[in-house]
Amino acid sequence: MDKVLATLHSLAGKRLVIGVPYVWLLLFFVVPFLIVFKISFSWMQPIQPGYAPLFAWVEETQRFVATLNLSNYQVLLQDSLYLSTFLYSVKVAAISTVLCLLVGYPMAYAIARCGPSTRNLFLMLIILPFWTSFLLRVYAWVGLLKTNGVINNTLLALGIIDQPLTLLYTDFAVYIGIVYSYLPFMILPLFSNLEKHDLTLLEAASDLGASPMKAFFKVTLPLSMPGIVAGCLLVFIPAVGEFVIPSLLGRTDQLMIGTVLSAQFFSARNWPVASAVAIVLLLLLLLPILLFQRYQRRELEAAKR
Amino acid sequence: MSQKTIDRSHEYVRIEGVTKRFGDFVAVDNVSLSIFKGEIFCLLGGSGCGKTTLLRMLAGFESPTSGRLLIDGQDMAGIPPYDRPVNMMFQSYALFPHMTVEKNVAFGLEQEGLSKAEIAKRVGEMLDIVRLGDFARRKPHQLSGGQRQRVALARALVKRPKLLLLDEPLGALDKKLREHTQFELINLQEQLGVTFVVVTHDQEEAMTLATRIGVMNKGQIVQVGTPTDIYEFPNSRFVADFIGSVNMFDGQLVEDEPGHVRIRCNELEATVFVSHGISAPPEAKVSVAIRPEKIEMSRSAPVGTENCAKGVVKEIAYMGDLSVYLVRLESGRMVRVTIPNVERHADERIVWEETVHLSWRPSSPVVLTI
Repeated sequence: MDKVLATLHSLAGKRLVIGVPYVWLLLFFVVPFLIVFKISFSWMQPIQPGYAPLFAWVEETQRFVATLNLSNYQVLLQDSLYLSTFLYSVKVAAISTVLCLLVGYPMAYAIARCGPSTRNLFLMLIILPFWTSFLLRVYAWVGLLKTNGVINNTLLALGIIDQPLTLLYTDFAVYIGIVYSYLPFMILPLFSNLEKHDLTLLEAASDLGASPMKAFFKVTLPLSMPGIVAGCLLVFIPAVGEFVIPSLLGRTDQLMIGTVLSAQFFSARNWPVASAVAIVLLLLLLLPILLFQRYQRRELEAAKR
Repeated sequence: MSQKTIDRSHEYVRIEGVTKRFGDFVAVDNVSLSIFKGEIFCLLGGSGCGKTTLLRMLAGFESPTSGRLLIDGQDMAGIPPYDRPVNMMFQSYALFPHMTVEKNVAFGLEQEGLSKAEIAKRVGEMLDIVRLGDFARRKPHQLSGGQRQRVALARALVKRPKLLLLDEPLGALDKKLREHTQFELINLQEQLGVTFVVVTHDQEEAMTLATRIGVMNKGQIVQVGTPTDIYEFPNSRFVADFIGSVNMFDGQLVEDEPGHVRIRCNELEATVFVSHGISAPPEAKVSVAIRPEKIEMSRSAPVGTENCAKGVVKEIAYMGDLSVYLVRLESGRMVRVTIPNVERHADERIVWEETVHLSWRPSSPVVLTI
């Protein structure tokens, strides 16, 4: 009997531990998601709450009537703005991700290969910017990049240029902003992967005739693939939906999907269309995540054996 | 193997006064050594004796602080590992986990820029030699320890190196597999004519594999010789004690003739008569080393008054093929004696607390001065 109670007890404990995050996700992800999903099928209304209810009691027929509005999704297909901003967002996110990888990989590699005390110092330096507000850091770039900003003034003073460069409100500024903000998300998973590498593998490669460069491309790079994939997803996914950086630093003639989404919600107050954008974006971003999870599961199974 | 003659005409590896320091620590201390073509040379020593550092210097992963390393007459200074005519089998095997067995073995050949067909042919041949043909498409994590060891060996040998370095090649295998693999290694070495330099801490492994053994201690090579030399004619207390088990008695020379010596040991009542001369100053402090299997044990007293002792059996360890007896002498000293179990029936065997007489031949003791 005691045994049974103990088992029940431990089972309850296990359930509780697993349950808390699930309840959290249910309350703050699933429920809001369902609300957004619902709104995406409704009509815009000028009065509060801004959208028509999906289900209404109709007096004349004495029954509930559900009015599903698919036009919000049709708008996304018909209005070329959405497709072009989405493609532009994917392009910006993809280029930023590649840039992050190119900058972040050597940094992660260097950190993983240095001594424990310097390693901790460098990791600290990577994480340190998080202690300042994200918004503040992006604003700081405005001051650096604007026509009479720090960078232009310095270059002018040094005589390298005689006309200020247009840096702000360009794609270039957005790339800088995204790479700068998301670099830690690239470096940390790469570091945790590279740090675990068995360095005798490189000695073995060298012993078998591979130069350090070849050994890197044949051994280190393939083995760091899980870190690369994780880092790229952590940068790419939020970058696609990014709206603070493009609205502060980016072009005015070409919007990103995140900017459109926030404009629909807060300026146009067209919640149904905004919700439809959010849903489509989510579904499209789900794809790479699912692919990553499948990849991870395969790696995990391989590691188990 | 130990009876195999060494062809000393081809000196393949020459180590000249090599020292390696890591900060204040001297890992390898002024080692000079020649290794001949076609031999299996074992560097034997405890952990931290510098044997692995010496091997890594041959492979090119460490460079000597001073001294020279020559392989096939060529000074190796400044030559990186990937340009040396040497391959190494790592203690951990260091197989590439993301590559199949086939790919692992092909890796070295791909670096040489050989054609695909040539690589496939040589990989196939090599995998057949190590009997892994059926496992070509497996990944390392799908193999057993013994199979991984053979992949590592194949990967190193497929490059047809003139010199193969093996770092504790059998360390990760269980005893039965180790014995089997030892003989396989020897066959392979003879078949391919490669010179092997093996690092091991396991003296049994060194004894079976090696044509010659270099015993290392504290960064120095203390004795180089065939397994028989090292076992039967150790040149120091360290070597006698490190290789196999030995009963060591401290004593003093009482008679020093060219053809024999007599030694008095505090822990032995009778003097020790040794039937060969030694080179030591008169009255010198010496040690007498007698191997456990060279001591005879019986219930009756031996003839003569020398080379004998009397004691009581305190411990018996039955090992199957032989039994180890620990006998306490009257001086309180414990002596180790091994007796082969020739008879299946135990009726005649000496048992605990029996008083026994120990004796040995005049040729058996080794007299050590250092």
